[in-house]
Amino acid sequence: MTKEPEHASTVEIDADYKAKLAHMAGQIADFFKSYPEEQAVHSIADHINQFWSPRMRADFLAACRDGSIHPHPLAGKAIGQIRGGGRKDG
Amino acid sequence: MGLIKEIDYGTPIRVGGDVALTIDGQTVTVPAGTSVMAAAMRLGTQIPKLCATDSLEAFGACRLCLVEIEGRRGTPASCTTPAESGMVVRTQTPRLAELRKGVMELTISDHPLDCLTCAANGDCELQTQAGVVGLREVRYGFDGANHFADARDTSNPYFTYDPAKCIVCNRCARACEEVQGTFALTVTGRGFASRIAAGATDFLGSECVSCGACVQACPTATLIENSVIAQGQPEHATITTCAYCGVGCAFKVEMQGDRVVRMVPYKDGKANEGHSCVKGRFAWGYATHKDRITKPMIRDKITDPWREVSWQEAIDRAADGFKRIQTRYGRTAVGAVTSSRCTNEEVFVVQKLVRAAFGNNNVDTCARVCHSPTGYGLKTTLGTSAGTQDFKSVDKADVILLIGANPTDGHPVFASRLKKRLRQGARLIAIDPRRIDLVKSPHIRADYHLQLKPGTNVALINAFAHVIVTEGLIDRDYVRERCEAADFEAWAKFIAEPRNAPEAVEPFTGVPAADIRAAARLYAGAPNAAIYYGLGVTEHSQGSTMVMGMANLAMATGNIGRDGVGINPLRGQNNVQGSCDMGSFPHELSGYRHVSEDATRQAFEAMWGVPLDPEPGLRISNMLDEAVEGVFKGLYVQGEDIAQSDPNTQHVIAGLTAMECVVVQDLFLNETAKYAHVFLPGTSFLEKDGTFTNAERRISRVRQVMAPMAGKTEWQVTMELSAALGYPMTYRHESEIMDEIAHLTPGFAGVSYARLDELGSVQWPCNDAAPLGTPIMHVDRFVRGKGRFMITEYVPTEERTGPRFPLILTTGRILSQYNVGAQTRRTANVAWHDEDVLEIHPFDAENRGIRSGDLVSLSSRSGDISLRAEVSERMQPGVVYTTFHHAVTGANVITTDYSDWATSCPEYKVTAVEVRRTNSLSQWQEQDRASGVTQRRIAGQTPEAAE
Repeated sequence: MTKEPEHASTVEIDADYKAKLAHMAGQIADFFKSYPEEQAVHSIADHINQFWSPRMRADFLAACRDGSIHPHPLAGKAIGQIRGGGRKDG
Repeated sequence: MGLIKEIDYGTPIRVGGDVALTIDGQTVTVPAGTSVMAAAMRLGTQIPKLCATDSLEAFGACRLCLVEIEGRRGTPASCTTPAESGMVVRTQTPRLAELRKGVMELTISDHPLDCLTCAANGDCELQTQAGVVGLREVRYGFDGANHFADARDTSNPYFTYDPAKCIVCNRCARACEEVQGTFALTVTGRGFASRIAAGATDFLGSECVSCGACVQACPTATLIENSVIAQGQPEHATITTCAYCGVGCAFKVEMQGDRVVRMVPYKDGKANEGHSCVKGRFAWGYATHKDRITKPMIRDKITDPWREVSWQEAIDRAADGFKRIQTRYGRTAVGAVTSSRCTNEEVFVVQKLVRAAFGNNNVDTCARVCHSPTGYGLKTTLGTSAGTQDFKSVDKADVILLIGANPTDGHPVFASRLKKRLRQGARLIAIDPRRIDLVKSPHIRADYHLQLKPGTNVALINAFAHVIVTEGLIDRDYVRERCEAADFEAWAKFIAEPRNAPEAVEPFTGVPAADIRAAARLYAGAPNAAIYYGLGVTEHSQGSTMVMGMANLAMATGNIGRDGVGINPLRGQNNVQGSCDMGSFPHELSGYRHVSEDATRQAFEAMWGVPLDPEPGLRISNMLDEAVEGVFKGLYVQGEDIAQSDPNTQHVIAGLTAMECVVVQDLFLNETAKYAHVFLPGTSFLEKDGTFTNAERRISRVRQVMAPMAGKTEWQVTMELSAALGYPMTYRHESEIMDEIAHLTPGFAGVSYARLDELGSVQWPCNDAAPLGTPIMHVDRFVRGKGRFMITEYVPTEERTGPRFPLILTTGRILSQYNVGAQTRRTANVAWHDEDVLEIHPFDAENRGIRSGDLVSLSSRSGDISLRAEVSERMQPGVVYTTFHHAVTGANVITTDYSDWATSCPEYKVTAVEVRRTNSLSQWQEQDRASGVTQRRIAGQTPEAAE
């Protein structure tokens, strides 16, 4: 296995990609919106944790935090339950 | 090794109570309804016959199979006489011998005696039976009226009809009706003038679908494969599995040395039971096509010509490329794509390379773009990512709900079985935007064709469920016993809301509410109701929701867990099920276990000797997105052509072009290879051992019949690449890979090559609890325990029609071609389909001044292409359709990035488009043709040598 580089994940992601991540999260939220809110929020976070790579999650969370995307309200509420990645190049 | 000859009982073996009878002094017990002929064959007594074969019902025409039965007058035909208890039969008496000789004498008097130069010499039932009855002379001579000068029909590219050799046994016409269900053949004329005819035209121009059933049924050389005419009779055979669709037909590959003579469907194959389609039966010539690339090649830039190199140099170049990228951009900057066309063993080894050698989970498979929603939806509701039944189950279905599938084109051998059941009286509800053949074809008529607007599946299935819930059609006992109560109650409450009523959805689904109500009642009221579905369900932004909606419907009506019911995905490619089973999704290991599950991961780590990443990797679409972003740089693509098959071609190409090391392993220089730096030659299914898993979870052997043309099989090359990356694997044979799969995957624990050889094939789960496999799942309980109803809110797709793009494009495939066409375009199947065409309703065509054959421009928000139009009432107004079989068309230039919310499966089925007449190719097509020449150049070869 290759050693982790020091400079990974330094590429600035562009607006289109951030918008795509927001769109994907919005679609997930649209499915779960018919469930009680607490369950919906948990399910959205769980889905993203299960199927998104750490980098995708990290990019999504960063874009939400810096205000460059405005996710679906339910997806926004799920942010606290989405794992942050924790890997530079995940 | 010799040829493989299945026993022919002459007539079908029945299922029923036993009857015992005596034949030639021996007692035999057979199921009631079995013919005397078949009962005799049970004893090994072959009663002479010509018009009988056990794939067809008895016909009683040739009068060769006469027998004597004590207490009965005359000499009844053994094929049409049912065996009865106490019956005493004699098959050989002087009287019978005289009669049979007389019958044969008459038959031979109108049959040419050119046996030594006949293509069927050595494989002719007429020749055999003439020998059996001891025919020594034909007293009538050969100068009387005969058919010796009748003209041959050579229109079909794969077989010839020679009426001079026809004995009018009707086996061909009956096979066309009973086995294939097409009714293309008939007998014209009467008496001596009786002749087999493909309607009023030749075979190619007729309704014949070239399945080969007539050729197989023919007892003479009247209908015979052109390959046998050209090459002669085969001398040995091997059983293998077809490499086309997800039906997974078993075939005998009949050979001369290492040269294929023909592929004949294997009667003991459980998926196909001796039937075939034009692709599997005849379209295997691509395997030795001149376009095959058999030498490894490399190049520095995609604009450079390819350079042929040694395997070692190519492997080293690929490994160095990936290692350099990981060093520079990070561990997750590389990944791989596996193919559903490859074997389980090949797929398993690639995903192992990714997880163990790359050290990440960036592996995805082409099921991503077809049936990934099936995996998600069925696992969520039922507990496992697979269909619930075997194909044979449809024989017990009373109502069949067919959604978004076109089996006569996509899964033809299953379609024949389905049509047979429909002719027996089962009812059909077809949900499809397009009028597929099963809506109305000879002796088939759907009770309901719900011709919905593309993209409204979920609204329609919710309306079905609304009728069932609000009209009290729920199977309460089943739901109470088998399903999660709270989830059911929440779902029932949701589905009963007025917005889900048929009347509420009629305006946007386009389906009359009364039809929805009637169809839902028909489904819910059937003793056995079965759902079969295809990519018209999954390839939507709500594909996973729809799969769950169908599972809800089946659970609510108690239609899961026994013969004749269930929810059945018709998988597109031969090994879609298997490639998913093998852990080639980025979030799960083999057997659908998430990479975050510690115990699962630890089992793999213990066997593989490396730590595994517990985090999900990238899907194909994410890899391409991140490539465009500049963070994903290297891709290993095995047997898949993402540049043609995946949506939004320009985006795919942008992603591939942005990568620094693209390695393609394939038979041909496909579209993706235009953007590759290393090309590793692949093998066809004839050149390797392995297994495929079909749509009914049936694991079947693929057996090598010829040496790999490039000298190595894919898994060997993958091992060498892995070793060059620093992670050696040590398999010596494909069977050892399967042994590892079995060791690591609970549902495969009982699978081995020895077990497959013993059983022929087996449906997973196959383990200690089910050593013979599992034909039907969820029998007493669901795999997840209790079935889980999911709320399936309808969310309209964001792809909308408007003034600029007022029509909806939906895409699919046709019978004679297969997916990206890499295989079928290199066969004579182009006789039926040599270009993609755009089907358009007469109303939309008229409005645009378009006639059939016109070149039209098809444009969407993603791009535009030009192709020929075909005005067709199959379409509804406002909806157009095309296929994606021909790379030069570029159908996926049109499709968009919209995809399923849960799995990212692309929304191929809904693209807003406009159509107008044109007189030129699109700019993309012109550029693609130019780049195709440049980017496929091989140093030292003329451009014609490449595709």
